[in-house]
Amino acid sequence: MDTFLFLIFAAIAVGCGVIVVSQRHPIHSAISLIGVMGSLAVLYLLLGAEFIAATQVLVYAGAVMVLFLFVIMLLNAGVEPPGGKSWPVRLLGIPLLVVLLGVVSFLIRGWIPVKETVVFGSFTGGGPRDVGGALFTEYLLPFEIVSVLILVAILGAVVLGGKEID
Amino acid sequence: MAGVPLAWYLILSAILFALGIAGFLFRRNLITMFMSIELMLNAVNLSFVAFSYKFGRVDGQIFTFFVMVVAAAEAAVGLAIILAVFRTRKTLAVDEIDSLKY
Amino acid sequence: MMEQLWLIPALPLAGFVVNGVLGRRVSKAVVHTVAIGTVALSFLWVLKTLSALMPLETAHVERYGTWIASGSLEFALEFAVDRLTAVMLLVVTGVGLVIHIYSVGYMAHEGGYYRFFAFLNLFMFFMLTLVLANNFLLLFVGWEGVGLCSYLLIGFYFLRRSATTAGNKAFIVNRIGDFGFSLAMFLMVVTFGSLDFAKVFPAVEKMPVEAAAGVVTAICLLLFVGATGKSAQIPLYVWLPDAMEGPTPVSALIHAATMVTAGVYMIARSWPLFTHAPLAMDVVATIGLLTALVAATIGMTQFDIKKVFAYSTVSQLGYMILGVGVGAFGAGIFHLVTHAFFKALLFLGSGSVIHALSGEQDLRKMGGLRKHTPITFVTLVCAGVAIAGVPPFSGFFSKDEILLAAHHHHPWMYWIGALTAGITAFYVFRAIFLCFFGEYRGEGRPHESPPSMTIPLIVLAALSLGGGFLPVPHFLDPVFPAMEGQHESALVFVSVALGLAGIGVAAWFYVLRPGLADRVAASLGGLYRLVYNKYFVDEIYWAAVVRPVVGGSRTLLWRVMDAGVIDGIVNGIGGRARDAGRLVRLLQSGNIRSYATWVLLGSVFAIIGMGLAGGLR
Repeated sequence: MDTFLFLIFAAIAVGCGVIVVSQRHPIHSAISLIGVMGSLAVLYLLLGAEFIAATQVLVYAGAVMVLFLFVIMLLNAGVEPPGGKSWPVRLLGIPLLVVLLGVVSFLIRGWIPVKETVVFGSFTGGGPRDVGGALFTEYLLPFEIVSVLILVAILGAVVLGGKEID
Repeated sequence: MAGVPLAWYLILSAILFALGIAGFLFRRNLITMFMSIELMLNAVNLSFVAFSYKFGRVDGQIFTFFVMVVAAAEAAVGLAIILAVFRTRKTLAVDEIDSLKY
Repeated sequence: MMEQLWLIPALPLAGFVVNGVLGRRVSKAVVHTVAIGTVALSFLWVLKTLSALMPLETAHVERYGTWIASGSLEFALEFAVDRLTAVMLLVVTGVGLVIHIYSVGYMAHEGGYYRFFAFLNLFMFFMLTLVLANNFLLLFVGWEGVGLCSYLLIGFYFLRRSATTAGNKAFIVNRIGDFGFSLAMFLMVVTFGSLDFAKVFPAVEKMPVEAAAGVVTAICLLLFVGATGKSAQIPLYVWLPDAMEGPTPVSALIHAATMVTAGVYMIARSWPLFTHAPLAMDVVATIGLLTALVAATIGMTQFDIKKVFAYSTVSQLGYMILGVGVGAFGAGIFHLVTHAFFKALLFLGSGSVIHALSGEQDLRKMGGLRKHTPITFVTLVCAGVAIAGVPPFSGFFSKDEILLAAHHHHPWMYWIGALTAGITAFYVFRAIFLCFFGEYRGEGRPHESPPSMTIPLIVLAALSLGGGFLPVPHFLDPVFPAMEGQHESALVFVSVALGLAGIGVAAWFYVLRPGLADRVAASLGGLYRLVYNKYFVDEIYWAAVVRPVVGGSRTLLWRVMDAGVIDGIVNGIGGRARDAGRLVRLLQSGNIRSYATWVLLGSVFAIIGMGLAGGLR
């Protein structure tokens, strides 16, 4: 059952990821990205991270992606024109990606034994209580700093997106 | 006890990350590139959560939480920048935005 | 007991500093007062010191400190006075003072007045350092310093190209000699471990003859190479005639009376070395004799009055070298002294003539000047009879001593020397007759020189006439090894007769039968042209040495080494840096996706590196 769920949602994630990358129109990419995030939320649940799964849906799939869609529509961004100007990408892009993927997979295979498996329900430390407990004790200072960061980001966004800068 | 090998999660994470890179490299639209960055962040989040499971600790999830928050802030600022760029340049094609070399 | 010997050179140095720094801003009167004053004080200090030190049986040494100390080597700042130095001090400061006074009149209308006197004072400083030095290194300092001043003063009229090239020639030719001198010093340091006179000379005395012969001969020959440069001997004499480009007082002081005799002084000073190297002595004597003869023959044919006297100087220096070469050190120094008198007088007199004719130096455009410049005429005749060896004037005594010593050494040396004496008399009186007798052949109105010039002439004329009675050889006896030998009066008559004959021939050619000289010259044809063109030595040197060196420098050193290799390396580094920049600039495209690719490339390498290092474990 675990394997089944993992394979289904992994396939959805990879498929939607491929669509994100391959589509020329940003709207299609954005919709597919929501699919990736949703399936990732399921995978988080499988890993026992309930709170994170919920946040993933709320913050990412909800807030962030809605922001993206708004901007896409605001700018009325269309299909990108064919042709690019970057020769390094054309020359090195695919080989580098293949090498990266190969090396990383090789390293993962080397470091994590295959018999180490994930079983649904065996890790229960990912509920809101647990996460909140860690967040407000051990990670209190980063948490507060992040709140400042968000404040700064809001101000920045307002300044940048607000009045025309001459 | 049948389960999914942890390595699969990590390899899925690597695949998604590589897809993000591919999107960043091969898409020429600013917004799509930005979404590719989000994709990469999500791929990293997946490996954080996977390691959180592996070590049986909640810290990995806390990191994921922070990444999400930062990603949200980044999305807000980044999209504002894209708006500003579009207003001055009237284009979203990154290959046209190359004044950095001067 | 200190006699403050350092004051002797220090006074002219002070004059140099004062005139060099302030001379441009003060009047000419102040400039020459300072210059003459310091030299006069120096002269007086010499007199005072010597009178205090007399009878000066042994050397009086003053040590002012250590100059260089390196391991076992130590070079001291030491001045010393013995009888040889005393003679040199008197000549240098005395003649120097007279010439300084003369310069006031001669240079009155010239530019760069303060510069002239400053250099002249600097020269005095170095010359006195050379004379007073108690080791070869300090002597070499003076040696180089006078060379520098010579260069500066030959090129005094630096706007004239011939003057600057003459200065360069003097400097470069002297470098060859100085190279020999340096090698000699190195060899001395290796052999004796010191350059102190007081250590080297006794060491030579103690060396067994067989062991000494080789190395001492080498040292002496190298020292003599230095002397040929400074004292204008074959083969390095070529710079001295050209050095006449300088102002005439310079020719008189530096290139006749003092600096060029430094080589003679140096050989005389190192007599313990030379007496242990008979082979080197023979070389010295032969070269000296040859120089005397060759230069005298060239002097017969020249028409530039200063060139005549320049070759005369070379010839007379040959005599001195001959003298020290045959072991008659005292006679050599004696001739040095008398020569300083009459040759300085000849030059100053010629300067007076040139001054009278507003710069004319060509004997063919003079003539009949004895009516216009009587004092100059009389004093020049005094110099003439002195140099011609007419008894009882100074040249007779000193030259005779050298010739007798030469006869004692090898009779043929005497005969060549005596022949040269006759030629000397001929060319000096040729110049005098061409200048002062017959009809005036130039333009412009000749006028007698001012007293500041004629008084020094008179003083020097008196010294030239009476200088032979100075007991210099006797005074120097304790310094030098004794010369055995008998006085052969017959030989004296021969040389005197030859001298008088030379005067007579000159009178016959240029006074009684004007035009005869030209016919004789024409009948001699090729031989005359050979001598007139100074045996083409300059041309030979040009073809054999200068052109290959210049050509080699131009092609090999300049084109290949400098332009090719050195510039090539420098430009190559710059060019490769530019190429590298051009290459790396391709990365800086401004395209974000290209940058991202490079970031990815770097990340891949980093990950591979981490994997290879196993760093994530």
